[in-house]
Order: sequence, then structure tokens, then C-alpha cells
Amino acid sequence: MSQQFPALIIIVPLLAAFFIFTVSWINRKLCFPIAVLSLAISLVSAMGLLGMVLSNGPVEYRMGGWPPPWGIPYYVDYLNALVLVVVYAVALINLLACRQSVRREFPDKIGSFFTLYVLFVTGLGGMVVTGDAFNLYVLLEIASLTGYALIGMGKGDAALSSLNYIFMGTIGASFYLLGIGYLYLVTGSLNIADIASILPGVYDSKVVLVAFIFCITGLFLKMAFFPLHGWLPNAYTNAPSAAISLIAPLTTKVMIYVMIRIVLYLFTPSFSFGALHVGSVLVWLSAGAIVMGSLLALGQKSLKRMLAYIIVAEVGYMTGGLWLGNTEGITGAILHLVNDAAMTLCVFLAAGTLMFKIKPSVAGELQLDDLAGSFTKMPYTMAAFVMGALSIIGVPPFCGFFSKWYLLSGAVTAGHYEFLAALLFSSLVNVVLFFRIIEIGYYGKPGHRAESGHSIAHMDEAPLDMLIPLLLVAAGLLAMGFYTDDIVTHVIRFAIPAGIV
Amino acid sequence: MHDLILAIMSKYNYWIYIVLLMIGLYAMMVKKNLVKKIIGMNILQTAIILFYISVSAKKDGTLPIIIHGPHAGHHPVRAADYINPLPHVLMLTAIVVAVATLGVALALAIKVYQQYGTLDEDEIHTRIRK
Repeated sequence: MSQQFPALIIIVPLLAAFFIFTVSWINRKLCFPIAVLSLAISLVSAMGLLGMVLSNGPVEYRMGGWPPPWGIPYYVDYLNALVLVVVYAVALINLLACRQSVRREFPDKIGSFFTLYVLFVTGLGGMVVTGDAFNLYVLLEIASLTGYALIGMGKGDAALSSLNYIFMGTIGASFYLLGIGYLYLVTGSLNIADIASILPGVYDSKVVLVAFIFCITGLFLKMAFFPLHGWLPNAYTNAPSAAISLIAPLTTKVMIYVMIRIVLYLFTPSFSFGALHVGSVLVWLSAGAIVMGSLLALGQKSLKRMLAYIIVAEVGYMTGGLWLGNTEGITGAILHLVNDAAMTLCVFLAAGTLMFKIKPSVAGELQLDDLAGSFTKMPYTMAAFVMGALSIIGVPPFCGFFSKWYLLSGAVTAGHYEFLAALLFSSLVNVVLFFRIIEIGYYGKPGHRAESGHSIAHMDEAPLDMLIPLLLVAAGLLAMGFYTDDIVTHVIRFAIPAGIV
Repeated sequence: MHDLILAIMSKYNYWIYIVLLMIGLYAMMVKKNLVKKIIGMNILQTAIILFYISVSAKKDGTLPIIIHGPHAGHHPVRAADYINPLPHVLMLTAIVVAVATLGVALALAIKVYQQYGTLDEDEIHTRIRK
């Protein structure tokens, strides 16, 4: 049984997705339990895999029994075992929290929503676990297509923003595919480990350089790295809240995982950090992304749009951390990937819960001013939101502090003081951003907007099945902060390939 | 000049792939009509399919089935006689992906049209601002 874990984490939700769609014709009430069950099985398998990797080292699973360079291996090592657990945990917690809001937002589309939800998670999980570069492209498109559809289900301008996301996302995925094509041209292989072993002989080939540029540019587009982030804010603001608290924490993070995988395990550090001289340029670009993301977040009046720009800044954190090219920086990037998934889930879940209870003054977009009085009416939701906010700012006992600390020390070791300055600047801006919300929520007078139909009197705490997952995530932020040392020494330390100082 | 023409003509399939890629990107960036953008997106994906198929082609190569080879395959298999089947198989998947993307994009375009009554980006944006 446990030998089949790498296959189970993909196959169970994939089959469940089709099953959910069929069942929705018979009885809609069955969709939710099937989705929960399939993701729970995947989460248990992912945890089992992490346990196996921790005790026995990396696991290789050969699909259909074909040996690696020809068949598609699923390869689980310290890096993706951790990311897999994060992906499935975030997906399952959000699924448990979103039942009521799905039922209210799409009463007649429950079957389609949960089908897309589970397929989306399948795509992400597959991208993380696969050891084949082309298989990764296919799973990337599965995750993207379902993501477009989930975003397109929203109200307001959701269809238009989803269409823009399709254009940008398709260019990104096509560039990645082209990059893989060029690599195939040189090496004749699609297996990541195999390509990595062939590449050292052709490091000075222009084709490898072009392949690298295409792959990385495509991934930058997909992860919304600053100058290429145009699709993200609109798509994330207009998407239904049940979908966005899944998409926002996971899409960009999994794309960053793919970048780490490609840079460290496909092109290997001796090419990425040695033969190429792009590291320093990309760290500068990341610093720019952090500063611009933070500044743009500062200018927003809508809660979700502000959070979306914070994600743009956070993408800069992780990209910069990776390209610092030293152990602290990369540890920081991987740790921040895990922490940021949890933090983003926390604040987006809280935002979704607020949206569930507060009627926004602008259709579909909860404005910061709408939060007036929310602390007295929805104390638990806001408490969780504040915990997420403190973690994003980087206040010590929360996990966000520790990953930021690694990134900062990585920046100092590498001598990239502009990255250090950008990180500190972004933390300060986050303080302003979140304390503004806390001020509005705590001291704001809700009465003055009564004429616009803002019914503060009817506002009350969210239902328990939304609150419990939310508080669980918020407590998780603290727990991950306390166990940071264990995560780093037992997992992340082994995820960094040899040859990085 | 002669060398340049020779360089282009001897690898014309790669040049066509680059031209198609640029046409696709141009349409996606410059055109205002959403359906034209979707067509551009499809051209872009088709260009990549042409690239992969070009990679697999060989001069005088035939289908990778032994009896199609020279002398009906009555000799040890020589890879040079057969075109590389792997990129073709990869592109089957890429075609499926392209069709699925096209489907989702067109469905969303219909939704956009129902919502704003137009497919012109500028007009949609003026309608959103109102």
C-alpha cells in the first residue's frame, strides 16, 4: 500500500473529480463528502510519503513499471515531500471551510465547482511530484485550465479577468513548453534527473541558454513575478471567494516550487549560479518586485486587491531568495514557500469569511471601509485575520518571521543589500497596510454608511464550520513558527543540493 | 546574400515556426478584439507544434514502423531511416491541451459578450468605468 503513495496522491483525486461530476446528476449532496474523502486520502498519502522520505530518503515510483529515462517516474525527495503536504493540507482545509459559501454562491453548480476544485488540486499535486519535464507541462495545464474556469465562475468582471489570465497563462505555459523542446533537442531526454546528468557536457551551448531563458520566463509569467504580474490582481479580486482561497495560496507557490526544481535539479547549481551570470540581475529584479508590489498594495481600497498585490511582493521574496544562490537564501525561499502558503490561506480565508457576512458597498469587492466595526461583531474571524497579518509582517513568534530572517541573512551573506532593503521596506509597508485595517475594524464607525445599505446591525460571527478551519490555520501559523527549527534541520537542509555554500 | 538565403531556405521550417510564433504574440498583444486574441493564442500554440514536429523530421526518413523502412525492414533497424516518433506523441498531448484552452477561452468570451454586449476591449473598459 505505502509503495503506491506517489500514484495514489494523483489518481485518487483525478478519479474522484470525474466521479463527483457524475454523482452531481444523481444527488448533489454527495459531491462535498466525496471531494473531502479524496483529498483526505491524498493528504494521508502525502504525509506517509514525507514520513518515508524522512526515514529512508527519496522515493522513486515508476509509472507502469517503466524504468526512468523512458518511462515517467514520480520522484519524491525532501523538497517536494514537504511541498506536497502543504498543497494537500491547504486544499483540504479550504475545502472544509468553503462548503457554505459554495452552496450560497453557486446553488446549481455545486457539482462543477467541486469537480474543478479537485482537478485543480490534482494538477498542482502532479506538478510537484512528477520527475518528468513534459509531464510537468501537462499537469501545469490541467491546473491552469481548471484555475481559469474556477476564476471565471465569479461575479462582476470575473469572465474578462479570467480571459486575460488565459492569454498570459498560455504564453507562459507555451514558453515553458518551448524551453523543454530546446532541452530535448540537445539532450534527447525529458526526464529531469537524466537531463541534469547529460547537461554538463553542453553548458556552453547556446541552445541550453535559450532553453533556460524560455523556461524561466514562462515560469515568471505563471508565478506573476513583478513586471509580468498584470493578470493577477484582477483575476484574484473577481474570483469567487471559495476558489480564491485555494488558488491564491497554491498557484504562485507551486510555480515557485517548479522554478526551484528547474533551477536546482534540472539545470543544476553549477549552471544556474556558475556558468550563467544572471543571479545578481534577478535578485535586483526581485527587489524591484517587492518594492513595487508593496507600493501598489498601499494604493488599494479593496481588501482582496490589496492582498493580491501583497502576493506579488511575496513572489519577489522567494524568487530573490532562490537567486541569492547561498544556503540561507535558498532555505529562506523554501521555508517561505511553505509559510506563505499558510499565511495567504489564513488571510484569504478570513477575507472570504468576511465577504460571507458583510455586504460590500461596491458590488463584489469588499472595501477596506466596509470592515468598520468588524472586531466587535466578528471577533474570532478578525483575530485569525490579525494573526495572518502579523505573520505576513514578520512578527517573531509567527512563522513569517523565521523565513524572512533566513532571507535577510542570505542577503547579507551574498552582499545583496538592495534585497535586504527591499525586504525591510516591504515589512514596514505591510505594517501600515494591516494596521490601517485593524484601525478601521476596531475604531471605525460603521453608522456613517447606513444609507448605502450597509447593514452592520445584522452582522454576526461566521458559522462554525467556516470558523474552525480558519482558527486552525491561524494556530498553525504559530505552530509552524515554533517548529521552524525542526522543519529546517530535518527537511529543508537535505532539500538543497550539494555544491551550494 | 546568397549565404543568407541558403541559411533560411535550408531550415525554412524553423523560420516559419518563428514567424508564426511572432504573429501569434503580435495578435495577442495588439489586437483589441477578444476573439482575434484567442485566434492569436491558437496560432502561438500551433507554432510550437510545428517546432516539435520539425525537430523530429529526418531527411528521407519514414514512419517509425519497421515494414515501412527501406527493403521492408529486412535488415537491422537504423534510427536514421525513421523519423523520431516521440515529439509526435508529445504534440498529440499538446494539441489536446490547445483544444481545451481554446474551449475554455471561447466559453469565457461568450460570457463576456453576454455581459457587456461587445467583444472590443476598449469598449468593455469604457463600460466598466461607467
